[in-house]
Amino acid sequence: MVLAVPSKRRARATGARALPYWLISPAVLLMLGFIAYPMLSVLYYSLQHYNVAKPWRNGFAGLDNFREILTEDDLFWHTLAFSAQWVVVEVGLQLVFGLALALIVNQTFVGRGIARALVFSPWAVSGVLTTTIWILLYNPATGISRYLADIGIGEYGTSVLSDTGTVFWAAVLAELWRGVPFFAILILADLQSVPKDLYEAASVDGAGRVRRFLHITLPHLKNAIVLSTLLRAVWEFNNVDLLYTLTGGGPAGETTTLPLYVANTGIDGHDFGYASALTTVAFVILLFFSILYLRLSKFGGDDR
Amino acid sequence: MTTAVTTTTPDSGHGRTAPTARPPRGRRGPGGGGRRRPVTDDVPRWQLFVPLGLYLLFTLIPFYWMLLYAVRPAGSRSLLPWPATTEHFEKVWNERSFGVFFQNSVLVGVASMVMTLFVSLAGGYALARFSFRLKTPFLLALLCSQFIPGALMLVPLFEIFKNLQMINSLGSVIIAEAVFQLPLSLILLSGFVRNVPPSLEEAAWVDGCGRFRAFCAVVLPLLRPGLVAVGSFAFVHSWNHFLFALMFLSSQDKQTIPVGLNTLLGADSVDLGALAAGGVVAAVPVVIIFAFIQRWLVTGFSAGAVKG
Repeated sequence: MVLAVPSKRRARATGARALPYWLISPAVLLMLGFIAYPMLSVLYYSLQHYNVAKPWRNGFAGLDNFREILTEDDLFWHTLAFSAQWVVVEVGLQLVFGLALALIVNQTFVGRGIARALVFSPWAVSGVLTTTIWILLYNPATGISRYLADIGIGEYGTSVLSDTGTVFWAAVLAELWRGVPFFAILILADLQSVPKDLYEAASVDGAGRVRRFLHITLPHLKNAIVLSTLLRAVWEFNNVDLLYTLTGGGPAGETTTLPLYVANTGIDGHDFGYASALTTVAFVILLFFSILYLRLSKFGGDDR
Repeated sequence: MTTAVTTTTPDSGHGRTAPTARPPRGRRGPGGGGRRRPVTDDVPRWQLFVPLGLYLLFTLIPFYWMLLYAVRPAGSRSLLPWPATTEHFEKVWNERSFGVFFQNSVLVGVASMVMTLFVSLAGGYALARFSFRLKTPFLLALLCSQFIPGALMLVPLFEIFKNLQMINSLGSVIIAEAVFQLPLSLILLSGFVRNVPPSLEEAAWVDGCGRFRAFCAVVLPLLRPGLVAVGSFAFVHSWNHFLFALMFLSSQDKQTIPVGLNTLLGADSVDLGALAAGGVVAAVPVVIIFAFIQRWLVTGFSAGAVKG
């Protein structure tokens, strides 16, 4: 149906001018209908009081919602700070481990193919499935800690998910398990395009392994690293599957990210106007930091 | 650059894998026999295998743990999956309707994958082969859409599907998954199309093929690795994603596997055996797909968006 439009005659008749528009039209229509329109309606409702639970207050709100978010809402700042912490820790650790893993499996050794397949495999696992697996591991009665306690390591009956001191790192570890392969795959793809002659020339000049890495590999990988950290940061910021199912934002709201707070406000709290304003603020923050990041890192510069 | 199509990872044996062999410096001239060998070869083996082994443990123990719970009888505390039982699988598949969820998930995954592929193939071809006035705004829109939190659009999307009378039908989830997968697929596929030399197509035009027939006969076969990579990407994404299904589907016979897992997780006293068996059911298809595509994934990305 999509490809039938630019039939032979039409393509020739209208030349190359109309054809690309026909080709992108399905994508454009779908994105207008299911991304742009909902986005606009979020913008519209952010200027409204719109709460199913308090219908008498519904109506135009002006910038009331935004004023309330920025000046009165402690929960907003708290969840924003937690989101920032989550993104920085997750993306930082995923990048370091992903880079190391990519460098390791880029070497030549017996069984490399199977090693790659195994270490990359959590990439295909969903947030809910990650939760399922780590709930089993973290279970105090039958999980890993129980068996460790049996042989004298640690204590019985501690659940890392209900202790405010450990829940953050427990969630970080679970997400790390799933997130490292993403970086490793992207970086490995880029590693393979490093011109080999450069290494050879550097070797001839007597550069050691560390210096070759710092002066050849890393500059070459820069654009891939910038892009993958950015994509991943946005993705981790918006990711709700794992935290929603693993901790539910608890204990005591300790692991509630901004998107989780928005979902709670809009879906459970029925305050859609306020949730829309929160969404708008989150979008602006993401866009601002993304542009800042691309500028600061001089993405797409003259490194290649 | 080289086309992704013909690139294979330099996996294939080329003899020189002797452990700890330090290549004598300066003996390899440029363009000599050492060209294809990875140059950082001189890493001592233990520096390679110790971290790799540790990381393999970190990756595999969680999978093993789930498998263990899934096959050992309830109440057993054995660390070996023997004697094995299928009681948990029978329970989730029949009593907890994972059989139905499985069908729904396959349907949603395949339908949204096909939709994504058709739409983004057309758009990706346009981006790769034409320059047109709205190209830059279109690319910008694709990029910007990556910053929109899909989870935060649940409410407006719910209202749209309600107006379309599509709530509680799989169609709503199929469309939503496909749409949010579109921007990335489009950018990736346009990268793959760009790697097919236009001259191949032009030769077919000269032979009297129309643009569409030339595309089908010449370009499409060369795009197969790209289509496999992007398609499986889309399938895995919608197989795994659960918020849309959670929100748009209310009756139990319509739900998908991630929603089923979430239900098991949310039960008052979690049945760990059933939960693990459900996890295995959720994992098997994507892990199999992954095993087939992981090599293409690496070459696919280097051909696609990352390098623009």
